[in-house]
Amino acid sequence: MYFNKEIECMKRSELKALQSERLCALVKYVYERVPFYKNKMDALKLKPSDIKSIDDIVKLPFTEKTDLRDNYPFGLFAVDKKDVVRVHASSGTTGKMTVVGYTRDDLEVWAEVMARSLTCAGVTPDSTVHVAYGYGLFTGGFGAHCGAEKIGARVIPVSSGNTARQVTILKDFEATTLCCTPSYAAYIGESIRQHGYDIKDFKLKSGVFGAEPWTEELRSKIEQSLNLKAFDIYGLSEIIGPGVSIECNANKGLHVWEDHFYPEILGNDFEPLSDGETGELVFTTLTKQALPLLRYRTKDLCTLDRSVCVCGRTHARMGKITGRKDDMLIVRGINVFPSQIETVLMQMGYLSPTYQIIVGRENNTDTMEVKVELAQNMLSDVVANVESIIDDIGKRLYSVLGLNVKVRLVEANSIPRSEGKAVRVIDNRKNK
Amino acid sequence: MVEQMAVFMENRQGRIMELAKTLKENAIDLITLSIADTKDFGILRCIARDNSKAQKVLKDAGFTVTTTKLIGVEVADEPGGMCDILTLLGDKNINIEYLYSYAHVATKKAIILFKVSDEELALKILNENGIKLLDNGVI
Repeated sequence: MYFNKEIECMKRSELKALQSERLCALVKYVYERVPFYKNKMDALKLKPSDIKSIDDIVKLPFTEKTDLRDNYPFGLFAVDKKDVVRVHASSGTTGKMTVVGYTRDDLEVWAEVMARSLTCAGVTPDSTVHVAYGYGLFTGGFGAHCGAEKIGARVIPVSSGNTARQVTILKDFEATTLCCTPSYAAYIGESIRQHGYDIKDFKLKSGVFGAEPWTEELRSKIEQSLNLKAFDIYGLSEIIGPGVSIECNANKGLHVWEDHFYPEILGNDFEPLSDGETGELVFTTLTKQALPLLRYRTKDLCTLDRSVCVCGRTHARMGKITGRKDDMLIVRGINVFPSQIETVLMQMGYLSPTYQIIVGRENNTDTMEVKVELAQNMLSDVVANVESIIDDIGKRLYSVLGLNVKVRLVEANSIPRSEGKAVRVIDNRKNK
Repeated sequence: MVEQMAVFMENRQGRIMELAKTLKENAIDLITLSIADTKDFGILRCIARDNSKAQKVLKDAGFTVTTTKLIGVEVADEPGGMCDILTLLGDKNINIEYLYSYAHVATKKAIILFKVSDEELALKILNENGIKLLDNGVI
């Protein structure tokens, strides 16, 4: 089943022609409207007219997350503020958020690609879609919501949290599709069992799980506990949000909606890699109006497969993300950069604080502990004073990361150093 | 006033022993020692005969140490000795943050060491009432 068969199954030669046409228009558009890109292209002595087909994309400059941060909040927007009808944001590397915007047309594209994605996961106008992704600045909730609405399914916008209530609603409102992070899906499955419900009394058929990497092991566990078929969905707010790509029934990778998001896989020297080779995933937004991005480096590592899928879709499939090019962690679906912890400690005035992040998984939920080495000026003879410092660090980390973190104060020089540098991250999760 | 050292200790096996060993190897004699503990860490408070040397050797051994001035008083080692002092302070709404004491069996005197919310006022009251205040030399 397709949502937009004409596009989803279009011949690759036609798809390429469409991409070429859209890229040429995009380059002209950003050159005229976004000084950041005009400057970058001028520096490369590149004019919009030099881009004649999608093959010329390799001539274009890259965009990185830091560019969005440096132009915080709206510096890279290509449209007048009045044309922006929605803003979302995610946490950035140094406390500044990565802000993204959408015109009415952008929201239409997002709903379209999400509708295609949910259709891959079996959603039809008869479905009931339970959205347990967070609604808010995070793109997960609204993305799934608008896609399901576009299909004409019933949407239950539960948002995240309160698992007992989630279980009741899943059962009583007879949801057929669940959208949330894979770890939360596993947790819901566990809760259903603990509450003594029988999964046979639920109507679930499929689950659309993303925003964090997960294993095949976790997939089978979720499929078993929730009695549904699980689909991996991928997206990032910079490109549009969830719905950049999704698995189809064939389970042979995630279809990238290439008429809107052009994917490249690049090697360490930014050389294009062939299908099947693992490299950095880079996206160009072919149709975005508010925040068009040229060759945005996701830092995610994976493969691409441009052969036609058994499902009939011609859009390239990306493999599961196998790693990151930077030190970003994904904890409970939230992006965490170790430098954010350092920034918080520095802002609190503690002298060269050494810290270590320990990520684990308990009951299928990510846990994060931050060990902070005691600095001389943290110490007091009064226990309550030291405890309030620990409390304060936790609160500040929560406000920066949006994540509850256990803070543990440890003795100076107790965090192991390797070649003089403290080991910043210990990830005990199996599927990192 | 009496100078006390406070040492941060993680709540893990062998840490107090390592501190004791450091003191032993440097021939440091302790007068008092107490630990305020929480689930994850403790704050060890102690006074040595030679506080500045103790502080140096502990820092050299990698411990994080800070010092605090406490009020020290000497009272008769008999029922009510501490109560009279605390009543004086309590009447003026002075809060005790922490306190510990020890008895000199030979002299039948007790030493009480404490930290208060309003040090200036506490000292004034104790002076006005003729209470003998101690320093590191006499405890």
